[in-house]
Amino acid sequence: MTFPILTAIVLAPVIGALVILFIPEKEDRIIKITAAVATFVSLALSIYAFLTYDLSVGGMQFTQDITWVEAFGIKYSVGVDGMSLPLVLLTAIVIFTGVFASWDMHNRVKEFFISLLVLVAGVFGVFVSRDLFFFYLFFEVAVIPMYLLIAIWGSTRKEYAAMKLTLYLLVGSAFALIGIIAVFLYAAQPEHLGVRTFDIFQLASVNYDFAFQKFVFFLFMIGFGFLVPMWPLHTWSPDGHVAAPTATSMLHAGVLMKLGGYGLIRAGVFFFPEGAKFWAPLIALLCIVNVVYGAMVAMQQKDLKFVIGYSSVSHMGYVLLGIASLNTMSIDGAVAQMFAHGIMTALFFALVGNIYHKAHTRMIAEFGGLAHQMPRVAAGFVIAGLASLGLPGLNNFVAEFLIFVGSFSVEKTLFGWLHFRVLSILAILGVVITAVYVLRVVQFTFFGPRNPKWDHLEDAKGVEMVPIVVLVGTLLLFGLYPQPLIGMINNGVVPLVEKINAAAQVGGIF
Amino acid sequence: MSWIDYAWLIPVFPAIAFVLIVFVTKKVRMLSALTAIVAMVLSLIFSLGVLFQVLGSHITMETPVEYSIPWLSVPGVHITAGVLIDPLTAVMLAVVTIIALLVEIYSVGYMADDEGFSRFFAYLSLFTFSMLGLVVANNYFQMFFFWELVGLCSYLLIGFYFYKNSAADANKKAFITNRVADFGFMLGIFFLWLVFGTFNFQELAEAIHHYENVGFLTLAAILVFIGPVGKSAQFPLHVWLPDAMEGPTPVSALIHAATMVAAGVYLLARGFVLFHAAPTALLVVAYIGGFTSLFAATIAITQDDIKRILAFSTLSQLGYMVMAIGVGSITAGMFHLTTHAFFKALLFLGAGSAIHAVHSNSIFDMGGLYKKMKVTTWTFVIGALALAGIFPLAGFWSKDEILLVTKEAGFTGLYVIGSFVAFLTAFYMFRLIFIAFFGEKHSDHHAHESPLTMTVPLIILAVFSVFVGFIGAPFVEHGFASLIYFEHPHHAEPDYGLMITSTIIALAGIGLAWLLYGKKAYDPEKLKQRFLPIWTLLYNKYYIDEVYQWFFDNVVMNIGAAFKWHDRKVIDGIADGFSALVRATGARLRFVQTGNLQTYALVLFAAVVIVVLWMAVPALGGM
Repeated sequence: MTFPILTAIVLAPVIGALVILFIPEKEDRIIKITAAVATFVSLALSIYAFLTYDLSVGGMQFTQDITWVEAFGIKYSVGVDGMSLPLVLLTAIVIFTGVFASWDMHNRVKEFFISLLVLVAGVFGVFVSRDLFFFYLFFEVAVIPMYLLIAIWGSTRKEYAAMKLTLYLLVGSAFALIGIIAVFLYAAQPEHLGVRTFDIFQLASVNYDFAFQKFVFFLFMIGFGFLVPMWPLHTWSPDGHVAAPTATSMLHAGVLMKLGGYGLIRAGVFFFPEGAKFWAPLIALLCIVNVVYGAMVAMQQKDLKFVIGYSSVSHMGYVLLGIASLNTMSIDGAVAQMFAHGIMTALFFALVGNIYHKAHTRMIAEFGGLAHQMPRVAAGFVIAGLASLGLPGLNNFVAEFLIFVGSFSVEKTLFGWLHFRVLSILAILGVVITAVYVLRVVQFTFFGPRNPKWDHLEDAKGVEMVPIVVLVGTLLLFGLYPQPLIGMINNGVVPLVEKINAAAQVGGIF
Repeated sequence: MSWIDYAWLIPVFPAIAFVLIVFVTKKVRMLSALTAIVAMVLSLIFSLGVLFQVLGSHITMETPVEYSIPWLSVPGVHITAGVLIDPLTAVMLAVVTIIALLVEIYSVGYMADDEGFSRFFAYLSLFTFSMLGLVVANNYFQMFFFWELVGLCSYLLIGFYFYKNSAADANKKAFITNRVADFGFMLGIFFLWLVFGTFNFQELAEAIHHYENVGFLTLAAILVFIGPVGKSAQFPLHVWLPDAMEGPTPVSALIHAATMVAAGVYLLARGFVLFHAAPTALLVVAYIGGFTSLFAATIAITQDDIKRILAFSTLSQLGYMVMAIGVGSITAGMFHLTTHAFFKALLFLGAGSAIHAVHSNSIFDMGGLYKKMKVTTWTFVIGALALAGIFPLAGFWSKDEILLVTKEAGFTGLYVIGSFVAFLTAFYMFRLIFIAFFGEKHSDHHAHESPLTMTVPLIILAVFSVFVGFIGAPFVEHGFASLIYFEHPHHAEPDYGLMITSTIIALAGIGLAWLLYGKKAYDPEKLKQRFLPIWTLLYNKYYIDEVYQWFFDNVVMNIGAAFKWHDRKVIDGIADGFSALVRATGARLRFVQTGNLQTYALVLFAAVVIVVLWMAVPALGGM
């Protein structure tokens, strides 16, 4: 039997958490090192999997199956393809750097890292699951530690935000759960599969009738839409980002939101191509609101974390646009954008966390000239900002470019007069607005005359540099040389798009 | 060895220098400068090699050499990183590398006391990498990629003194204005890709040749043109360039006068086939260029900051180039780009030398510099004469070429505007010279000549400014016109009438400046008072910046505020209201759980009665 690499990726943080359980609270350095080692194992294995995945074969690789509940066809079944592997890598990078970004944590260190590691194990689990039951189970595993992390270690209206986030995510997952059960029951009917299974690929092979597709895709669209977050289901996310401690914000914005996009593609579009075609115009309209509205609200924010929180709302709109365009380039771009945005936003939160920890405020108006005291943080922030506004040479540009090209080539008309291309153009306009709010924040926080009030702030150094170097390096690597990432994603997207193209042409809702 | 096969190295040298400076030599100032300069020398050698190979072999505009490697390839879109070498590329490479090298040498002296010395050379290297990558691009995607990167370098260098609020405002303004322009450019590229399925210049040229839908081409061409309107600072997106003077002066010379801002003109020449196929778009190009040249020149006559005068002059001259291309002559446009690069770089570096000595940008703080700064003064005068278009300096030939093609193409209105701009140009340049270099000393400055690293580049540029025009003079066989052209070389006959007219116009401008500011035959202050409303309008740059600022503060920000209110009050209001409802309901329902057995039994009984009745009623009704 080959080494179960994906199971090892999921279990490494769990084992780390178990080890931490037996380390005394006061040995916080050892706890942190343990967490770093555990997440490094996941990261190393993810990189190994990324490098050894066989593109010429494609499909699900590194698979492993263990039957769990035979009567319901529930299997512990894992595997990754070109779509999920980059997201596994993303998760590994973000949590590894997140541990280093939490090096200054001194309050209940033990419980914090245990929660964090359990959370990330859940996220890994979602991305590697080939079984819908486990997909759902792992998702719930991720949500609960999130509540604790925010409510205990958070700031700024933390109880409100933690409760809001948890309720929103649970409501979202309830929609998804109804959808999953519906699919399970539908497929189990004798005229379809005739067996009870949660296997994603078996379920995807069923020919669902159009009415059913419309209904269940809607459930998934709302359920995963909460996570993405799709406007107007988004307000939990800026509050959650702001309240969460640094590493949690990084994971939350960097990875957790991607579960929504991934779920929408993997379960929504893959199962119900006709349902996707029917609802795509609605997603397209809402995602433009995400992009433009999110960016405009970000421009109004006074707290650094709120700016980034709303910028995530805006950027995830691009992911939705990629999905709604339903072609190879656009979905390649959507997955690439999830990766790129995850890295970029994790970098943002790591840097803001660094500033907040030292200055005890995140209010933009109190800063100015911070580049004097913190040149490295400033440089990192400028790079994250440039990535955010889609500068060539950084990863986000490639992703956004693919989404734009893909959505630009959609020949559809909404309501009989609104050409789909108009929506793409509005989305591209979002790039201009992004430049405005990003550069304003950069200017008001870092540029301008030296402010002696902040002379006591030390620049990032030592372990604090780990997140900055790793995340900036990743943005540059895949920005200058995108083929390995995009080629991998494309390998996973092509079968999906073939299925979309093979499905019947149906009119959209509008 | 074939230089062209190694042309891809030309951008790579400065890229390596950038990485080395950032990671290795940052702490050792002189080593950083040396790294940047050595890389630039290598790029220059290779560029000259390419230029001479192009001149010596049969590489013409019709038979370029092209090679590329795949960069990103997924079904539906294939993007390459490539090199396209034709005379247009070769000339542009030579111009950029020569000026970049001279500016870097100059900067060693100019930036000597600056804390950010190494950072400065790192940015300059990053810029030259991006600019050269743009020049060699064989497709629109690559062009756009480096187009944005030069924009980034411009942002970083304008904001080089990031601790100054004015610099931080200026670089943001530059980036955002260019972003607006690049939005249009990007859409243009997308439309071209949508119809023709490629970004490659050569393939597009071939495809456009056989394409009939002029309406579509016009749309695409105008969208693409928005890019150059931003980068080459044409009206109405010109607002960023004068503010860009917040950057160190060598940067103004290299980026905001000689090379980067000319990238827009270069793009128009590179993609001319598209504009040629869309005559309406070409008209737009011509009139935007012509208007900008006049518009900026009128502002320049009222300014008192030496760098701003030169910046508006740059706007105006870029307008000339754009106009030349608009009337159909990439030869004239590129020729003026080439000569302008030399004399405008010279003027900016000269201005830098003066600023370095006086520690002020205002021409009224200077005065009498010629006694102390002989080299600076005389090279500056040469540059100004070249810009004014005095025979036989560089600007004379290229400006006349533009006026000639404009006239020949039948654009009489633009020809008249162009000639008037020539008059204004001569006037504002010599107003500057008479006040700053020859007038009496105004402030208590202790000017002294700049060090050799600064004056030697000035002298070299002055030599170029005198002679570089001859490559395109009408009596030269196989000159510029037989090198860079569209479809077929157009060798213009010398038009002596036009030459004499334009010389008289230029001399008139200089003469008027001398009368007002040299001889002081009439007090300029009185003139200003007499035309005060007009002067105020010009001095405030027609208030266009204010209009944009008003739009941003009052329209954009208010929309943002409305959205924010909606997010907090409406969306969250509904969500929180819903949760309040649930809690309130729970609070009421709590009382149902009384724990009193009798109450439960009563409710149970009542329920049974209701259910029985509910079932019985239809049955009764059926009787």
